[in-house]
Amino acid sequence: MRAVEIAKQVSSGEISARSVLEQHFETINNLETQVNAFNIVTIEEALKEADEIDSKIASGEKLGPLAGVPIAVKDNICTRGLETTCSSKILEGWKPPYNATVIDKLKQADAILIGKTNCDEFAMGSSTENSAFGPTRNPHNLELVPGGSSGGSAAAVAAGFSPLALGSDTGGSIRQPAALCGVVGVKPTYGRVSRYGLVAFASSLDQIGPFANTVSDAALSLEIISGYDPRDSTSISEDSPDILGVLNEGIEGMRIGVIEELSGKGLDGISTDVLSRVEEATKVFSKAGAIVESASVPASTYGLSAYYVIAPAEASSNLARYDGIRFGPRTEAATTAETMTATRTKGFGDEVKRRIMLGTYALSAGYYDAYYGKSQKVRTLIMNDFAEAYEKFDILISPTAPTTAFPLGEKTTDPMQMYLQDVCTIPSNLAGHPAMSVPFGLGSDGMPIGVQILAPAMAEQNMFRAARVLELESGE
Amino acid sequence: MVERISREEVAHVARLAQLSLSEEELDSFTLQLSAVLDHAADLEALNVDDVEPSSHPIPLKNVLRPDEPTENFDIEEVFQMAPEIEENQFRVPPILGESQ
Repeated sequence: MRAVEIAKQVSSGEISARSVLEQHFETINNLETQVNAFNIVTIEEALKEADEIDSKIASGEKLGPLAGVPIAVKDNICTRGLETTCSSKILEGWKPPYNATVIDKLKQADAILIGKTNCDEFAMGSSTENSAFGPTRNPHNLELVPGGSSGGSAAAVAAGFSPLALGSDTGGSIRQPAALCGVVGVKPTYGRVSRYGLVAFASSLDQIGPFANTVSDAALSLEIISGYDPRDSTSISEDSPDILGVLNEGIEGMRIGVIEELSGKGLDGISTDVLSRVEEATKVFSKAGAIVESASVPASTYGLSAYYVIAPAEASSNLARYDGIRFGPRTEAATTAETMTATRTKGFGDEVKRRIMLGTYALSAGYYDAYYGKSQKVRTLIMNDFAEAYEKFDILISPTAPTTAFPLGEKTTDPMQMYLQDVCTIPSNLAGHPAMSVPFGLGSDGMPIGVQILAPAMAEQNMFRAARVLELESGE
Repeated sequence: MVERISREEVAHVARLAQLSLSEEELDSFTLQLSAVLDHAADLEALNVDDVEPSSHPIPLKNVLRPDEPTENFDIEEVFQMAPEIEENQFRVPPILGESQ
């Protein structure tokens, strides 16, 4: 059942929040041992909250817009008193002394947290194989990855464990797993959603966003988690956008550009299946009255290189705090310095080590200008190219991921091959723009394909209107 | 493939990042980091001399709040998560006489 429906029926007393939960826990019981979407499932706490909601309904209290809706949250978002590990050994057993702002907002809306989802360690990866707690598998085919890094959240929604989930997106970590698992995934405008309580990976790129089965469920949850937060100095001082209100306005006259650099021309490795679905999407948009043309964002293909300098550079700084002194497990050694090294060596997995070293290198004396300095300028180029494209277009489209889901183990020994999964999603993070993936058909392997819709900063409404048009065509 | 980073440089950045690598790890990380830096070499072809760098997607400004006392973290809760404490302070192993 959809989140919008659950909230409506729970609020009106047609169904109980407890029965909704029990239904989802049954699905989890049946399939979770195979999928491994969760690091922890909070059955007892969730049932307690459901009973409280049901008794409030019985006594005639008015409830929030997500009344009784189960939600799964990526394990890099802080939950007070509940383990938050980032799927890393270095945070094993760590219970934050505070909630992320998004968690407080969900609670205020009467949503029910049902567990913390698996991810690539510290959100670094594109397959959820870099988890200290074992990989998550794609619910559509257990031999394949769910994408990543928010693979647990995408799989939880795709498997019917939860109608909603939250993830985080630094270079595509919401959109790419959404595409590979056949669900809707949204990266909002940078600053739209508070990052307070999101464990920092690359602070100038990170953004929290929702996963859902439908565009309207994604819209509802985004409206709830958005908004200014005095505890995040990069948070935008604007109210949540009214997305649900404009969702069905259609796209008559909307100017839509297909990013040619990310849709075949000039970029290798995008499968013909994926390209043909993007092509099909343009036909749907044209039929709905939009003006669809080819668009150029020339610097977008350089995004990948710039990103894999900027993100590791920021990560190397952000992850310096994990040293076994104030929180998390400690590997004791003779001195403090040796303790820090021993703790970090034992606690971090290979991909995290790679990125820390890459970032340390890119920021080190003698290489700073060649790598970090240059990448920051490329970031400007990408922003300028987007700005130019948005003079002619209201929104842009491209593939979300270059391929459908791939087999477990296929790319783990070749990090560069894994990084290429993010080539279409990274430019939006570098520019701080919103972008979302909408499931739109299947590949010849029977696996889901997502179309990416990109918009300028703050233009989530147009992005969602177009997403809704694609969804209607898919029969939702 | 061009070796973009040497084994010695990898060992050096590992030390800077407080990571200890085995000989095998040094070998494999050198190869993998070289491959990533080799890909990033496509940026060399771009002329960005006249381009301003962007460290952030939105203009950053200093944000101040009124200097009023607010509720803070529960100190017990914070220390419960610490590996070792003594008298409400984090306890660490000796910091002097370190051997490198």
